[in-house]
Amino acid sequence: MKYDVIVIGGGPAGLAAAEEARKSGAEHVLILERDKVLGGILNQCIHNGFGLHYFKEELTGPEYAGRFIEMLEGTGIEVKLDTMVLHIENDRTVHAVNPTDGYMVLEATSIVLAMGCRERTRGAIAIPGERPSGIFTAGAAQRYVNIEGYMVGKRVVILGSGDIGLIMARRMTLEGAKVLACVELMPYSGGLNRNIVQCLHDFNIPLYLSHTVVDIKGKERLEQVTVAKVDENRRPIPGTEMVFDCDTLLLSVGLIPENELTREAGITMDPRTNGAVVFENMETFLPGVFACGNVVHVHDLVDYVTMESQRAGKAAAEYGKAGETPAGRILELQNGNGVSYTVPQRIRVEHMARTAEIFFRVRNIYRNVEIQITDGKTVLAHFAREHMAPGEMEKVVLPKVLAEKACGDALTVQIVEKEG
Amino acid sequence: MTELICIVCPKGCHLKVDEENGYAVTGNSCEKGAAYGKKELTNPTRVVTSTVRVEGGEKRRVSVKTSSDIPKSKMLEAVSLLNAVTLTAPVHIGDLVLKNILDTGADFVATGTVEKE
Repeated sequence: MKYDVIVIGGGPAGLAAAEEARKSGAEHVLILERDKVLGGILNQCIHNGFGLHYFKEELTGPEYAGRFIEMLEGTGIEVKLDTMVLHIENDRTVHAVNPTDGYMVLEATSIVLAMGCRERTRGAIAIPGERPSGIFTAGAAQRYVNIEGYMVGKRVVILGSGDIGLIMARRMTLEGAKVLACVELMPYSGGLNRNIVQCLHDFNIPLYLSHTVVDIKGKERLEQVTVAKVDENRRPIPGTEMVFDCDTLLLSVGLIPENELTREAGITMDPRTNGAVVFENMETFLPGVFACGNVVHVHDLVDYVTMESQRAGKAAAEYGKAGETPAGRILELQNGNGVSYTVPQRIRVEHMARTAEIFFRVRNIYRNVEIQITDGKTVLAHFAREHMAPGEMEKVVLPKVLAEKACGDALTVQIVEKEG
Repeated sequence: MTELICIVCPKGCHLKVDEENGYAVTGNSCEKGAAYGKKELTNPTRVVTSTVRVEGGEKRRVSVKTSSDIPKSKMLEAVSLLNAVTLTAPVHIGDLVLKNILDTGADFVATGTVEKE
């Protein structure tokens, strides 16, 4: 049997994409999930704050996932758990394996990539020092504490101020550990402001900005980490060292979209996002293959993952009915001043809905600025912002009528200081 | 005047609260933000989440939350009460875990599902 849509990954992105594909008329939809349960990382994100945009109420991670898992019932969407996808071919054949079905070769009219992301590790950031136990990525520690029920340590230092690190600072404190410090290399936090307040300030945990870990000591178990201030080139400044006696170091130093399958399929990647280059409907450069969620770009909010994935799911179903999208006029979105990436990276003007949502991140903290979309000659649209930070993904909505007015074949998203 | 970052939603609005003027809030982009600004300086509260032990289930633990926000000062004590709680599977989202935490009127309720093994 040929599936209309095969979704790879059963986390929030995959669930939303599959359900939307089914609603949009795809009859045979299959989700392939590596874990033994659906829901992905949400299962271990037991804190609240999910769903404010999408459900207009505050849910915990398992509750948010639970809503989508419940919605699957009666839809006829097929799910294969404990299933590892090994390979995707250009003709949209999916090779996968699991203990019940063995090796499978599955055919699909369209594919949605929703594999999510994984954490950067100690190796990726090359921290010097010894190699004792007690050094975890924040997400691994979160799994031990929240799912397996094991406490990972008593005196904790956190390197990196990404959201998972901040959430774990609070979690470890609530479970009786002493969190000594959160150390961030950059002069600003990579996490959401609200998490700095409710995870660090609430528990008087100091945040050391422009600092990093320069040494790790411990024979069997971690005994000590040395933290130093860094200069503007992120080089440690001698003489600024502080020593923390601790048994645990949690790393919250970034997430990497998990794109081995995407790369192997020869799909064009964007070095800025480490995800596939996508069009306005989340289609990659390989026709009929769509991508959504953290595998495309790392999000802060699952609500936006859901909405993005619904667009991908809908487009995947439409591909089955209408076939390949005629290219027509293509606008390339480029980084302007202060912008580090955009998603989508390409807009097919004729194929655009009434509007296109453009997501991006900024390189610095900005106050009272304007986001501009320009074709190089004319500013097509501008949006005022009181506050922007690299840790907070931004979104603007570009109307089709304005995109149609663009001269040339590129649009630049840029940050401009407001006059006066 | 106190500057706060709103934690009601991930937007993180930068609030200014005027204590001398009836805790008037500016910088908020919704009504919830105004309410948060005032409450944070008069009676700060939080929704608290944790996990509890489950016996006889497919999983070892289930996640829980307070059914409404509780005083910030009672967070640690509230969570420590959960050390004495063991549930028996099956547990479903919304099940009562611990009633009237420290006389706050809020309960701990399950936020996950654990089926029988």
